[in-house]
Amino acid sequence: METIACPDCDLLQEIPPLPAGGKARCARCGEMLAQRLVNPVDLPLALTIAATIAFIVANTTPLMGLSAVGREASTTIFGGALEMWQQGSEITAAAVAFCAVIAPGGHLLFLLTVLFSVRRPPAPHWVGEMLRSAHFLQPWSMTEVMMLGILVALFKIAQLATVLPDAGMFAAGVFVFLLGAVLVTFDAREVWARIEWIDGTVPTTTSDTGAAGIAP
Amino acid sequence: MTAAAASSAARAGLVSCGTCDQLTRPASQGNPGYCPRCGAALAWRRHHSIQYTWALVIAAAICYIPANALPVFTTITLGEEVPDTILSGVAFLYSSGSWPLALIVLIASVMIPLGKLIALAYLLITIQRGSIANHRERTRLYRIVEFIGRWSMLDVFVAAFTVALVQLQPLTSVEPGPGVLFFAAVVVITMLAAEAFDPRLMWDAADQQQASHG
Repeated sequence: METIACPDCDLLQEIPPLPAGGKARCARCGEMLAQRLVNPVDLPLALTIAATIAFIVANTTPLMGLSAVGREASTTIFGGALEMWQQGSEITAAAVAFCAVIAPGGHLLFLLTVLFSVRRPPAPHWVGEMLRSAHFLQPWSMTEVMMLGILVALFKIAQLATVLPDAGMFAAGVFVFLLGAVLVTFDAREVWARIEWIDGTVPTTTSDTGAAGIAP
Repeated sequence: MTAAAASSAARAGLVSCGTCDQLTRPASQGNPGYCPRCGAALAWRRHHSIQYTWALVIAAAICYIPANALPVFTTITLGEEVPDTILSGVAFLYSSGSWPLALIVLIASVMIPLGKLIALAYLLITIQRGSIANHRERTRLYRIVEFIGRWSMLDVFVAAFTVALVQLQPLTSVEPGPGVLFFAAVVVITMLAAEAFDPRLMWDAADQQQASHG
């Protein structure tokens, strides 16, 4: 049994051994406290690798092409931010680049490193720093919002010109689904239980029951 | 699974790491120090949570006005300039026959930011008044605010990709307007406000009440 405090309401409670696929919720506020995934490292790792490939394709190929009165234009994800920068909206351009390219890319890179490292536990404690950075970037990774934004933009532009989605658009769609799958199969508690403590303690258990007890 | 004696970690002298959730019994009450597992600075509650959240909510509320009043982009067709605000964009989508898209933009760009500001202000006021009612509902409200905030970025992306694609000078082009900067600021600041807020403060009032009665 492991004692933990609910991150949302601070209630102390003991987590009983969970069956495979089981979840434990806070008795007071309902927050999900623990889950036992059947395959907590290799499955999210495989999905993260697939998501990284989709992300690279989405960022290197044009999202869509536009043609009107014999003229053609196309844009990539980064091109959207670049054009905004050149038009004089530098801060907004930086926000778009961060939420559409830098945050999702960094998030994937940190997740890949963390998941590769914890395959052979215990992982060195700097892996924990990377997990913390990944956790920080996650809310700012907004590819699915960007996809909906592009859809609205396409509809508006369709009144002016013919717009055709390109390879980058399909890759971005695939990336959104794969990232969703990564987040569902990934459990930070399982990963922390496989990382060496900063004070040098090697986690007592690296099985799926997680690290036990309360530190002094 | 219920705890044998319902108690918050803080009342039991334990602090939960904000990064890795490890429970620690710090040597000193005043300064809990660092997490032995991940090295993050420990805190009983997020630092100055109420002040920071209020400051960010007020800043976002101020930015919300120019975000809606100023144009997010300007369409230039053969020298003629037509400015578009967020609401006129919604009206355009509706009048061109796409009410589902109009509804999505209206919810993401107008209702979600306003709803977040009202929700955070309500949560802050109930904490400051020491309210002990509706904890579960208020915690759920906070989770919705935290989850939904990113979708407001929608209109910033709409503006960016419209500007990037429609560059067919001298026939027609689209330029970003000043409204989009304020709008992006509202989204970013309200997301930071949700992160500064500590939902455990809502439960502390109930814990104190329970302690004084039992």
